[in-house]
Amino acid sequence: MSFVTGLQCRECGQAYPQQPLHVCESCFGPLEIQYDYDGIKKSISRDKIAPRARNLWRYRELLPIDGEPRVGLYSGYTPLVRAQRLGAALGVKELYVKDDSVNHPSFSYKDRVVSVAISKALEFGFDTVSCASTGNLANSVAAHAANAGLECYVFIPDGLEQGKIIGSAIYGPKTVAIKGNYDDVNRLCSEIGDKYGWAFVNVNLRPYYSEGAKTHGFEVAEQLGWKLPRHIVVASAGGTILPKLAKGFHELIQVGLVEDTGCKIYSAQAAGCAPIIQALHNGTDLVSPVKPNTIASSIAIGNPADGYYVIQAVKESGGWGESVSDEEILEGIKLLARTEGIFTEPAGGTEVAVTKKLIEQGRIPRDESIVVSITGNGYKTLEAVAPSVEKPYTIAATLQNFDELFQALSPRASVKAVAV
Amino acid sequence: MAVRVRVPTPLRKFTQGADEVDAQGTNVKALVEDLEKNYPGIKERICDETGKVRRFVNVYVNGDDIRFLQNLETSLKEGDSISIVPAIAGGF
Repeated sequence: MSFVTGLQCRECGQAYPQQPLHVCESCFGPLEIQYDYDGIKKSISRDKIAPRARNLWRYRELLPIDGEPRVGLYSGYTPLVRAQRLGAALGVKELYVKDDSVNHPSFSYKDRVVSVAISKALEFGFDTVSCASTGNLANSVAAHAANAGLECYVFIPDGLEQGKIIGSAIYGPKTVAIKGNYDDVNRLCSEIGDKYGWAFVNVNLRPYYSEGAKTHGFEVAEQLGWKLPRHIVVASAGGTILPKLAKGFHELIQVGLVEDTGCKIYSAQAAGCAPIIQALHNGTDLVSPVKPNTIASSIAIGNPADGYYVIQAVKESGGWGESVSDEEILEGIKLLARTEGIFTEPAGGTEVAVTKKLIEQGRIPRDESIVVSITGNGYKTLEAVAPSVEKPYTIAATLQNFDELFQALSPRASVKAVAV
Repeated sequence: MAVRVRVPTPLRKFTQGADEVDAQGTNVKALVEDLEKNYPGIKERICDETGKVRRFVNVYVNGDDIRFLQNLETSLKEGDSISIVPAIAGGF
């Protein structure tokens, strides 16, 4: 059962049958999955979705696989947290955190796109899967490949955080670290993909892969009671998720699952790598590449493939975008942890800090519903926050030592004797 | 003055399937013209109607993106290696 009608170039409109192909042979524009939305509208309903398993495949009519899903049976359907304490700290009425830091199995939004890409790779008959990654994608591809019994090669820039490297290696792929940044990895992978004929999830399977990102938005809408939020903030790296959130919201409207109440979408980048925000602020849709220099390594992509579409989607939605410094990113991580008990990586810190900035600027009003997308997990990037958190107090194992410490920490507290 | 050009899959129908070809040119612009002379139709795939490199095409000289160099005016020397690569999604 599939409602996919084929692939189409977003730039020149040329149509192609379904195949592992990611760029238009005429103009190099990206290819987009086409669906029979009339057919989907007749087939799908809120009641039909409600009893389905709580994973991203509950929206399968709007995903590009032909048969039964093969991987990702526990991926997606992450919590939409009603963030009361963070909302109070930011001075807003209705704030939610869409928490992909606890996505299954590899703790980032990438488990969505990889579930779709690897299910599709199996349908196409590939035996080897691969990716170019800043870390999270490699973790997810390696985990899903292990579960599917596929050969796996992952390519990452050298100098990534330990958690990201070990978080791939543990699943047993061949991990190749490239001397250079993500953009160097990308260039090489494009050439390797051409030569070796593997399923590169973010290269030749890109049209399928990127469709998985829509499920982040589908879930937000369903978890809000089939309503769109008024505002949603998400980080932009290569530019996959933001345009796909916009596409997903349009699809929900088109097939009759939500009303078109308008949702403004905001892009978040680190100041040390903000080519999309720079273009947006300069009033151009021409994204000039930059050399990344930020602690937010997972979103340090200087040459974003889909940057142009991020700007289009932001503008069409009536949203905006901002960038924040590394210091603000670290404050964002701590603020989320200390108000909501959620530990995110620097990409998530960027999302929190940009939300704060946009609220302070008056770009996002304080009395409307706001969703902050949290796309990754802080336990993978301990190095980034280690210097800025308190060290443990080390004491000898005596009660007297603790009493002294307690008095030093809380000088006005009195210790009550408790009867045993 | 010859340079090596790595040809991506979508352009190989112009190069009779070759994944690498030799070409001439003192800068990237002249190189593209030379490719067009030998492989008619290829220029229109790399450049748009105004002559600029298309939005979704990246051109690298010895691994460096020409947008960090002098774009189409980037000069070339004997033995340089050129890659033409479609843009790729990813990150996080």
